[in-house]
Amino acid sequence: MIEVTNRVLDYNEICSIAGNHCSGAVVTFFGVTRKFNNNRNVLYLEYEAYQPMADKLLSRVACEAKKKWPIEKLSIIHRIGRIEVGEISLIVAVTSSHRKEALTACEYAIDRIKTIVPIWKKEFFEGGDVWVESLEDISMREVLQ
Amino acid sequence: MKVNIRLFASYKDIAGKSNFDIDLPDGSTVDFLVKRVLQHYPEFIKKPENLVVAVNEEYSEHRFILSDGDNVAFIPPVSGGIQ
Repeated sequence: MIEVTNRVLDYNEICSIAGNHCSGAVVTFFGVTRKFNNNRNVLYLEYEAYQPMADKLLSRVACEAKKKWPIEKLSIIHRIGRIEVGEISLIVAVTSSHRKEALTACEYAIDRIKTIVPIWKKEFFEGGDVWVESLEDISMREVLQ
Repeated sequence: MKVNIRLFASYKDIAGKSNFDIDLPDGSTVDFLVKRVLQHYPEFIKKPENLVVAVNEEYSEHRFILSDGDNVAFIPPVSGGIQ
């Protein structure tokens, strides 16, 4: 399952993603909006996506991970729009026979999502707002791999 | 020829718009386009060669030759790498 969505995500999502597995290992990651970031009091985040391209690249991330490790399923749900403190913005779930490859593939997928998928976040905090961006020279090199 | 530029996130905020058309000589490269656009918006990026571009929803190298009607997205750095 690959999805970019405006809907509110909750921890029960994992039941629909991995509920019928008989794999051995299910590894899940939930990305949640922090209350404090860089000594700032965060009010909320706004995520923006280049939607058709984001869908394609999330699928690419899942394919890359499946080629690298013997995993069964890799699902990614990324919420966009306004996300309040404590709400979930990203879910990555991996199933495999054994835990090691699922753990490794999950971390790989998160890192790749945050490097190549055109989804951006703007942090609104007490006193202002800022786009949260990586170092520019990392981005160019990584995306064309 | 004419190509459509799409801007996102910080680039959109800097330019105050999310898309516009630009006329280019036939056979122009992405590199030529990037330099042309950065003349108007130098705040986008310090090193033009690092600007990430997608042509018709595929990441593209700067030597790529554009065609009339291409959709060219200027992709600001995404939010990875620092946390």
